[in-house]
Amino acid sequence: MVGRVFFGQSVKRLEDPDLLRGRGQFLDDIQLPGMVECAFVRSPFPHARVGAIDTSDARAVPGVIGVCTARALPDHMHGKRILLQVPSPAITNPLTQEPLATDEVCFAGEAVAVVIADNRHAAEDGAERVIVEWEPLPAVGNVADALKPGAAKTHAAMADNVAARQALGYGDVDAAFKNAAHVVRESYHTHRGTGHPMECRGVVADWDAVDQRFRIWTSTQTPHNTQRAVVDMFNLSEDAVRVITPDVGGGFGPKNQVYPEELVIPVLARMLERPVKWAEDRREHFLTTTQERDQLWDVAAAVDADGKILGIKAALIHDAGAYLPWGAIMPYISASTLPGPYVIPSYKIDATTVFTNMISTTPLRGAGRPQAVFAMERMMDAIARSLGLDPADIRARNLIPADAMPYDMGLTYRDGAPVKYDSGDYPEAQAKALHRAGYADFPARQAAALAEGRHIGIGIGNYVEGTGLGPFEGATVRVLTNGRVAIYTGAAAAGQAHKTTLAQICADELGITPDMIDVTVGDTGKMARGAGTYASRITVNAGSSVRIAAGGVAGKLKALAAAKFQVDPESLELLDGLVRITGTQGDQVSFADLAKMTSGMPGFVLPDGVAPDLEASGYFTPAQATYSNGCHVAEVEVDAETGRVKILNYVVVHDCGNLVNPKLVDGQVQGGVAHGIGNAILENMVYDADGNPLTTTFGDYLMPTAEIVPDCDIIHMQSPTPLNPLGVKGAGEGGTIPAPAAIVAAVENALKPFNIRITECPIRPQRIVQLINAAQQNT
Amino acid sequence: MTGDTRPRTRVSLTVNGRAVEAMVEDRFSLGDFLRRDLALTGTHLGCEHGVCGACTVLVDGEAVRGCLMLAVQADGRHVTTIEGLADADGNLSPLQQAFMDHHGLQCGFCTPGILMTLTAYINESPDADEEALRDALSGNICRCTGYDTIVQAALSVLKPKGGV
Repeated sequence: MVGRVFFGQSVKRLEDPDLLRGRGQFLDDIQLPGMVECAFVRSPFPHARVGAIDTSDARAVPGVIGVCTARALPDHMHGKRILLQVPSPAITNPLTQEPLATDEVCFAGEAVAVVIADNRHAAEDGAERVIVEWEPLPAVGNVADALKPGAAKTHAAMADNVAARQALGYGDVDAAFKNAAHVVRESYHTHRGTGHPMECRGVVADWDAVDQRFRIWTSTQTPHNTQRAVVDMFNLSEDAVRVITPDVGGGFGPKNQVYPEELVIPVLARMLERPVKWAEDRREHFLTTTQERDQLWDVAAAVDADGKILGIKAALIHDAGAYLPWGAIMPYISASTLPGPYVIPSYKIDATTVFTNMISTTPLRGAGRPQAVFAMERMMDAIARSLGLDPADIRARNLIPADAMPYDMGLTYRDGAPVKYDSGDYPEAQAKALHRAGYADFPARQAAALAEGRHIGIGIGNYVEGTGLGPFEGATVRVLTNGRVAIYTGAAAAGQAHKTTLAQICADELGITPDMIDVTVGDTGKMARGAGTYASRITVNAGSSVRIAAGGVAGKLKALAAAKFQVDPESLELLDGLVRITGTQGDQVSFADLAKMTSGMPGFVLPDGVAPDLEASGYFTPAQATYSNGCHVAEVEVDAETGRVKILNYVVVHDCGNLVNPKLVDGQVQGGVAHGIGNAILENMVYDADGNPLTTTFGDYLMPTAEIVPDCDIIHMQSPTPLNPLGVKGAGEGGTIPAPAAIVAAVENALKPFNIRITECPIRPQRIVQLINAAQQNT
Repeated sequence: MTGDTRPRTRVSLTVNGRAVEAMVEDRFSLGDFLRRDLALTGTHLGCEHGVCGACTVLVDGEAVRGCLMLAVQADGRHVTTIEGLADADGNLSPLQQAFMDHHGLQCGFCTPGILMTLTAYINESPDADEEALRDALSGNICRCTGYDTIVQAALSVLKPKGGV
């Protein structure tokens, strides 16, 4: 069939047949001959000095093979910490974790020893019998406490708890406030949650003593980062460290940095000369997998008499937790996201990142953006209230007009390029969302509901999201001698269906169907360089690289066939695994035969200018981020007695440029909104004032479930970006980013009769009831 | 292993229609036993405290959390796991096929538990409406999909379109 195109079609997923039959290969499914398992001995204190460790009882447990502490690690690991992911001059204390803590633990759950046994059960028995002399130290269990005079020190040797300071801005913000008709000030607090992929983390390592090489399987989004960290820790060549991602059961951000276990398990495998596995359990996940979103904001807006914003001044305190595995990226993203889709003529923000005695924070679906969007959108609502305008109206007055694209916001993004919005129509996105949500009729609906004693409310969340971050994600495309096509890319997958999407892009270039293509993702042995799956960057980067590489292979196929048939390559077409003369049923040659000829067949001479092997690689390197955008409108009902929030309707207008596979994008948006609903009304990782985690089961930490998450009404606008050959932008996080802002606004709107203000998220039932009671006592 | 005092018990049960006899560690959950001793790794452990539902299997046709039931309790019972849902020729069950058609999965880790929960539920309640279905599904956590495509997949195999 000529003209067949898979780009833009809801092609069924290549991943599904195995996953639906229980034939996936997740980390804990890996079984190697002679493999042993591990359990870690973890600190029960948020901050403590580590004294003597007695392992003798543990060694006597049936099944236990050995116990390892920091001091028993090889000399080359002593004093070494995990490689910092993103160094920055703004960081005053670039402290990362040790593989095993030697003298001091700085969060509850930090590991000091590891027990190796013939199975996990015996290893846990052993871990219980390791006796550690702990000396508890004062701790910081709350971001608000970290900068207070006389605050406890999160790390005994540090002078204070400051981890980084960043200042961003442009324009004359002082003049803006001097000339303002109105100044609106608010403070916001967003709380910690985490990714909670249904598969926890895990590592399997095997040391090949003959070849002197590691094979390491890890449930990660970023295998090349793990490889870099292992190379650094062991001082090996990259060739000696192959990191492979098996099927990964969800990532959402917390699987995108290197963890201590990814260094400890390999060293054990080398010491024992046998394969070693550690599979994290959910309790460990609550304690030791990174979290995010604790931020304190002070925001002031200078507004003119017409409701146009003249300037924004903000101060942000960001909770780093105990260490800085990702540097100070999240507060930077927050600071550069705040202005969002609005014309903000002047802007100044100071961000201070502080250490606390809780597990470190790293990018989590949205990565600093949900907090910034919460602050900005709540501020828009506050301005509307202050000026007596409708929340939709105040936004419409300030949205960047479509004809201003591309729009240079005036800041530098994390990739070092200016924040320059590439395409999109923000006013139209809001207008479409409001229309679909029945916004104009809402006051009548609200009045009718109130007459029945029901409290319903509506809220808006607009956002712009930097996606498709460079520097690159490469791809190699190769025609195999059996006629099938292989794609290799460094980008690990965790449910996004990279295999399907990349196969669609490749299929169009080569005139084949996606099921002719085998895609290998996230294996450093197949792709030497890679950045990883985060920042909604894979379709932009790896997708564009596949297009380039597949184009290269298509050119080679045609050049070879042209030489064979003595015709012009332009007269050839690729169809269903054949190269043939366009439009005829005459001469044709199969991909398989061409692959065999070019793979080293004696006597075959390559035509001039054609390199051996039917293979090409592409490394697309974007000049800057692409900016996705959207508008969410939530309609909720709040039970004023119990504080229960029910989401009645949820509209998403989403613009991520061209859609490679609409059904997959819908899935990303719907799933992202579910995560955002968790952040808005359910998920709160609670610590006491000393940093002891209090929510360490799914009974205490509530995840969104099927009866809570509605079917989102998703409308796609497609503003292709000019910045990559596919016209695509990122889609993985936009569902989450504005959801807390929209839902909390809707809750506040529903409770208008009580005149309460909500400046925090999540907003859980008990807090809603508390706010209502407080408001009633004040009147 | 000499000196190994870990208690074990002999169990005989049926797994996916096949008779199984084994000496199992007393403390092994059914999930541990299936995964470790029988190499049926399609049953996944997501929380091991009975909330997420990823480890759901059928025991005598009822949906059971593989992490909360001990393997020794399965003695004499009929257990069905995700590996037993497709027919002998490998054809997907109507519900499995519906998940493929409706994009009912992303990472696929929670999927086996969800398929087992819904298989049992739809067999019991072939007339269920969407609200009842969502309620039945509320004991399984999926972090990826936001549930809607799962609900659509399940609705598509409810009556009048036939059984699971």
